Amino acid sequence: MSEVTNTAVDTAVTPGVALMDQQPDSTVPARSPLHHVARAQTGQASANARVFIWEEALKTHLVLRGNAESAGFRDGVKAATGLDLPEALQSQSKGDWSLSWITPDEWLLVGPGDQAFTMESHLRNHLDGHYAIINVGGGQSIVRLSGAEARSVLMKSCPYDVHDRNFPVGKIVTTVLGKTQATLRRLGDSDWELVVRRSFADYIWRWLLDAAGEYGVHVGPLLTAVRGQASQKADASTV
Amino acid sequence: MFYIYCPYCGEHREEEEFHAKGQAHLARPEDPDACSDEEWGNFLYFRSNPRGLYHELWVHAIGCRKFFNIARDTQTYEILETYRIGESPNLSQSTEQLQS
Repeated sequence: MSEVTNTAVDTAVTPGVALMDQQPDSTVPARSPLHHVARAQTGQASANARVFIWEEALKTHLVLRGNAESAGFRDGVKAATGLDLPEALQSQSKGDWSLSWITPDEWLLVGPGDQAFTMESHLRNHLDGHYAIINVGGGQSIVRLSGAEARSVLMKSCPYDVHDRNFPVGKIVTTVLGKTQATLRRLGDSDWELVVRRSFADYIWRWLLDAAGEYGVHVGPLLTAVRGQASQKADASTV
Repeated sequence: MFYIYCPYCGEHREEEEFHAKGQAHLARPEDPDACSDEEWGNFLYFRSNPRGLYHELWVHAIGCRKFFNIARDTQTYEILETYRIGESPNLSQSTEQLQS
């Protein structure tokens, strides 16, 4: 996405659509829904920790709606993001960006937190026909679950079958988690991403910590899983 | 518990992801102003309650959030088929039931 720059946006003209940069600069305060609980533990993870849990706070979340059969929509998304529209229950990722199927006419585009406005403008320049782009970054957040027993935590928490034969890497499923819902995406053998509603983030966080307790849990990223974190805005720096 | 095949997700899911929304294939009268009270009342309030084959509207509320139809046996609870909105069921007792 290196070609997406602010200079490209200045020339963008999309008639009839008022676009607002919701985070014009980094001094504007922003708080993730888990700012009060998801503080990474200091020091080395215990050798017994088999579950690692952390929040990927304040990322860009854009919902794309349109008809996958329409060339104007499909090719536009490909041109703007470099990603093909995924089929049902599938996701694609490239660099810092990922595109996930949500329903037959809806996809979720997730990327670095400071690029929401740039990417939305970029998409509006490329998309054609009947479509919608909604910035839902304020309404949801991402919880990451990793480690040898991460799958066991999910098995305790949701009715969906998360076994390898039913849930290969790259699959995405919206299902029941605890007494609420979450969108589960498998990033690797023992690496999961949960898209959670802002108002339920605290509940899910506490639920997962409790469920993971018996396996040994560490709040903070598994070191091998840290990737692309540098570009991510730390919550503390903007509050 | 039902184990329901969602025609949009293309796989079976637990019942707790779904909500039932009542009888399927209810046709709203073309011109409500020209309806008699009885016709409008029947459309609004009266539903069939058969023992056996029944077509219902369901929504995959915690999932793809799409509405679809289920043909179900009310006696055995067996789900006979699920199909998308706009599609016709393979199973029907009579076409009258679908239009009533």
